[in-house]
Amino acid sequence: MKIVTGNDLKTGAVTWWTGSDWSIHVDDAVDAGDQAETIAAREEAARNVNSPYVIEAVADADGKVRPAHIKDRIRALGPTVRPDLTLKPADPTAGNWVI
Amino acid sequence: MYKYDQYDQAMVDARVAEFRDQVRRRIEGRITEDQFKPLRLQNGLYLQLHAYMLRVAVPYSTLSSAQMHALADIADKYDRGYGHFTTRQNIQYNWIKLEDTPDILADLAKVEMHAIQTSGNCIRNISSDHYAGATADELIDPRPYAELLRQWSSFHPEFLALPRKFKICVIASEADRAAMKLHDIGIRIVKNDSGEIGAAFYVGGGMGRTPMIAPCINPFVPLDQLVTYCEACLRVYNRYGRRDNKYKARIKILVHELGAAEYTRQVEEEFAHLQTQDIEPPLAELERISTYFAPPAFETGLSEEIDRSDPDFALWVDTNTVPHKAPGYVSAVISLKPVGGIPGDASAEQMHLIADLTKQYSFDECRVTHTQNIVLPHVKKADLHALWTALEAAGLGAANLDRVGDIIACPGLDYCSLANARSIPVAQKISERLSPRSAELGELKVKISGCINACGHHHAGHIGVLGVDKKGVENYQLLLGGSEADDTSLGKITGPGFDEAGIVDAVEKATEVYLAQRTDGERFLDTYRRIGINPFKEALYG
Repeated sequence: MKIVTGNDLKTGAVTWWTGSDWSIHVDDAVDAGDQAETIAAREEAARNVNSPYVIEAVADADGKVRPAHIKDRIRALGPTVRPDLTLKPADPTAGNWVI
Repeated sequence: MYKYDQYDQAMVDARVAEFRDQVRRRIEGRITEDQFKPLRLQNGLYLQLHAYMLRVAVPYSTLSSAQMHALADIADKYDRGYGHFTTRQNIQYNWIKLEDTPDILADLAKVEMHAIQTSGNCIRNISSDHYAGATADELIDPRPYAELLRQWSSFHPEFLALPRKFKICVIASEADRAAMKLHDIGIRIVKNDSGEIGAAFYVGGGMGRTPMIAPCINPFVPLDQLVTYCEACLRVYNRYGRRDNKYKARIKILVHELGAAEYTRQVEEEFAHLQTQDIEPPLAELERISTYFAPPAFETGLSEEIDRSDPDFALWVDTNTVPHKAPGYVSAVISLKPVGGIPGDASAEQMHLIADLTKQYSFDECRVTHTQNIVLPHVKKADLHALWTALEAAGLGAANLDRVGDIIACPGLDYCSLANARSIPVAQKISERLSPRSAELGELKVKISGCINACGHHHAGHIGVLGVDKKGVENYQLLLGGSEADDTSLGKITGPGFDEAGIVDAVEKATEVYLAQRTDGERFLDTYRRIGINPFKEALYG
């Protein structure tokens, strides 16, 4: 599957296309299929996202969207060496799917 | 320390105002990201893996306590409570918001700092020996010349769009503590047979995907022609350096392809022309700058004795202090490498403490090392125990300078969008595994990069580790035999790479070969150079 990601212009936060908006949680990402590039271009033109691009993703056993490449997985949650700085600092298992 | 004059301050203040306007226009949508990107990069603002990253220049490694406090305040106010000291003697913040950046730059300008030319194809921050002005083995303090070059290179209109980035280093001793020969221009201040002081120019060094040790193209340039000679070196590069392929655009490729002799001939020709143009700054300017680097008022008659009754303190003294030119003083190295820690990271609280200790014990001056530590250059031996006690309490008392735990590591795939593999976890695991054997292993420099760009200086590690992407999986190559000291050498790859656990085992096996084969007094590097790579290969792959 193909998902669309970018950054929030003001904060720089990593964001994911949810089908109707942008979320900082990769769990909210949706398969954009063959519309992915079109969505990226449209959303950038509308200034809803900064520097969007399309990446490959897979669905895990629970059906959650996970980026295919390790770089995007680390990007999705936060640095593996600072769990306290990730999106889910209180959940010690949150990064189990990243590496 | 150098103090900005009205021109320095006016330039930095004007740049802050200019960038504030550029950020406003970007947020309002009046300029696109493509238009904005080169503008933000010129102000040190990258878009990294998780957020914007701001790189702040620390000229020739020197900071005052007020500047260190300001860096800590930025970490607290605008980031997530920490900063990362880099292998270019800079500091980076990993969680910056675009809308805060103008205010951060304004805060930096108040303490005579900035982020200008910390990115882009321009002359970057001038680096130097972190013991400059303190060590007994230097001819003179190199920093006035580094400052002169900082002023020359800042906003130099001819060199703001070079083929590629450009790094200059200035040292003034035989001992190389700044990886001088691995810079685009390495300058060593030397004395000739007539007793005159000049500068030896080493041009075309660097790491990255094509590591090269800079050849000496001129063993003695008169110091009153230093800037002119730099200009000649840059002009030849700017004219003939490749712009068609970014991987072949660094000056090292030009020097290699032309040959050092031909490059030198062209530089000398340009130098002869430039000498007719009278571009060298007046001596009065160098003298003005030099006044700011006058030695502090060292006390005399101090005791050389140190109470070594506390073994932990004695170990730290033996490991983390180095001789000073003034009797009764040492330079003390604050390790930012606690066992299992993240190399180069310091919390805002730690930075505030270092600032306080800088003011209290080191004439209000500290240094950032390219090995990602902090130096207090001028500490009385009598103050060492109090200093160490304060450092220990803050988790800054690791006694591991140039030991196996003193690992250089780039941010790697945990932070960097260019990286192919994580560096920090590998550093942490090597540190945890081998630090208990630190004393037995002696001097051992381990350097880890998460990609071929070599920000972690893996080519120059006694043991180097390079992270690569092998079909989407992290893989690590092992290199042996590198050095960035006065015996500069480039490490050789041992063979096929390893996974994360495997590279830690491999590093340990390499140290076991060393321990088994070393003769009295040999460092790891000495043993490697004597026995060659094959015994290590046999242990790793046999």
